[in-house]
Amino acid sequence: MACLARRPLLAALAALAAPARAQPAGREVRDAAGRVTVLPARVTRVFPAGPPASILIWSLAPDLLAGWPGRGLRPAELAFMAPEAATLPTLGRLTGRDNTANMEAVLAQRPDLVLDYGSIAATYVSLADRVRAQTGLPVLLLDGTLRNIPQTYRLLGEILDRPQAADELARLAGTILASAEDSAASLRAKGRPSVLYVRGPRGTEAGLAGSITAEIMEFAGAENVARGDGGSSMAQISAEQALTWDPDWLIGIDPAFAAFAMQDPVWRLLRAVREGRFVIAPTLPYGWVDFPPSVNRLIGLVWLPSLFRQEKTEALVGPLTELYARLFHRRPEPAQIAELLRAALPTRQG
Amino acid sequence: MKAGPAAWAIAALGCLGAILAALSVGRYPIGLADLPSILSGTDDGPAAVVFWNVRLPRVLSAMLVGGALAGAGAAFQGMFRNPLASPDLLGVSAGAALGAVLGIFLGLPVAAIQGLAFAGGLAAVAAVAAVAASIRGQGDPILILVLAGIALGALIGAAISLLKILADPYNQLPAITFWLLGSLSGVTRGDLLAATAPACAGLAVLILLRWRLNLLTLGEDEARALGVNTGALRALAIAAATLATASVTALAGAVGWIGLVVPHAARLLGGPELGRLIPLSVVLGAAFMLGIDTVARNLGRTELPLGILTAVMGTPLFLWLLARAHRSDER
Repeated sequence: MACLARRPLLAALAALAAPARAQPAGREVRDAAGRVTVLPARVTRVFPAGPPASILIWSLAPDLLAGWPGRGLRPAELAFMAPEAATLPTLGRLTGRDNTANMEAVLAQRPDLVLDYGSIAATYVSLADRVRAQTGLPVLLLDGTLRNIPQTYRLLGEILDRPQAADELARLAGTILASAEDSAASLRAKGRPSVLYVRGPRGTEAGLAGSITAEIMEFAGAENVARGDGGSSMAQISAEQALTWDPDWLIGIDPAFAAFAMQDPVWRLLRAVREGRFVIAPTLPYGWVDFPPSVNRLIGLVWLPSLFRQEKTEALVGPLTELYARLFHRRPEPAQIAELLRAALPTRQG
Repeated sequence: MKAGPAAWAIAALGCLGAILAALSVGRYPIGLADLPSILSGTDDGPAAVVFWNVRLPRVLSAMLVGGALAGAGAAFQGMFRNPLASPDLLGVSAGAALGAVLGIFLGLPVAAIQGLAFAGGLAAVAAVAAVAASIRGQGDPILILVLAGIALGALIGAAISLLKILADPYNQLPAITFWLLGSLSGVTRGDLLAATAPACAGLAVLILLRWRLNLLTLGEDEARALGVNTGALRALAIAAATLATASVTALAGAVGWIGLVVPHAARLLGGPELGRLIPLSVVLGAAFMLGIDTVARNLGRTELPLGILTAVMGTPLFLWLLARAHRSDER
């Protein structure tokens, strides 16, 4: 009875709060770029504009995700995801330089809204407006900044009407960010460790300081030795350059680079390689460091502070298992986490 | 006509200067003063390791790449009687790029990527030659060959674009972009050794053929009237130039402009006669590429792609040569 009695009051309050022109079925939300969009009363299907958005949506509301952009998940990736991940279709990418989604195919998915997660620069705002004009679908932009993950989760919870799950994820993300910042502050007090983050089987592509590619390195308190000249996120470097920088830590991403650096006459001269502070960042089901630059970077923020403080492996297994279960909806086996950590932790202490 | 000795003196001095500069500057502090102890083997510390494993292989690679591209370019320009011809006219660069992009897309190891690039370059030119041979009969064989090269090049370009669209935008696409712009930043001694044999073999054939190739510059009918089997000679020269270009493209990625611009500079210095032009182009190309690569690894805080630098430095040079040639025509 009490419940019934409260309904008209709520409706009256909602009518007061909403502007007069608002459609009765919809609700207005303001996205991260400040764009006001009217959403259908109930959102049941969300089209991710790119891989970062798909991971964000999957972590909060896997049942609402329309599919995987670009390509479907591979078996090695599916091993970390709830089984439903395998049943989702493959979608085109909707924004960015490689726009492969067919607008008609987007509409055929019958999404209630399109969600993009990442840069909210003018290019992406205008792209979102274009997609909206063309499809008539609400298109929302969320800010991909690492520090804003908690706010982004809360905003997404409001958009998808999942405030409680969003609040839990926001608090988890907030805890991880805060503890990474604490760890960074204590590292800074002792003198920041320097780090070089490289991709490719020969480590010839470096993630540059200040870029989103290597953002979590600096967030976790390390100094990225690879400084670029412009606004790019990656640049080519040579082994000679790496040896000149001679960072405290060398982090690769290609498993082939581990073997290459150990036997290459120049790479193996690096202090980090000689003294065992050389690791390969895991990439399952998504990269721990950067790609795609989505909430998967929280995993890297659990790992890096522990790595830089040279803690024992056991300290990481619990938090990682918990985080994987929350982000991907499948609690990984201890053996799976141990396998991921095998190359991600120092081989020997120098 | 004193062009010969003077041209050789300029080329040799340029090359020597470029080698000394390239060996003594770099990110790792090894200067000119350190060279004697490293070269004599008395220094075997990190500086020597860097010198023997990074700097020297890189210097030799740059010279090999520049020499092969410029030598092949000079032969192509003479053979096709067209100053706009470059070694990638018949699709060798496009084919090599497709091979490398496919290798990156499939996540293959570096050696396999280089192997695919080399094979792709050879296969593309073989396909162009086969297409051209099958439609021979009427018309200018050179024109048919060039048109077949352009057509197949467009097809290969489409395949590369398709792979770029399908590639993972965070990991593979940057690697593909870097490859397509060319770089020597990751080159090892092993890579250099693998590329040297085919590149030098191709160049050696071109240099041995250089006098005979002059006959092709006379034109099809005149050369035939002199008793030259133009088809066989051209096929051999194309095969040699392609071998050289494909092997260095596999080593350094798709580096443009060198094969087009350097032969013009060599022609300006030493005249159009191929007997001199081809070896002079090889030496000048080696010096020019070495200079570019030295800038590439020292100008910024990280490496600059070779393709960008060759265009930025090659374009003004090319336009200047063009203006100069035009003025001397008017005189």
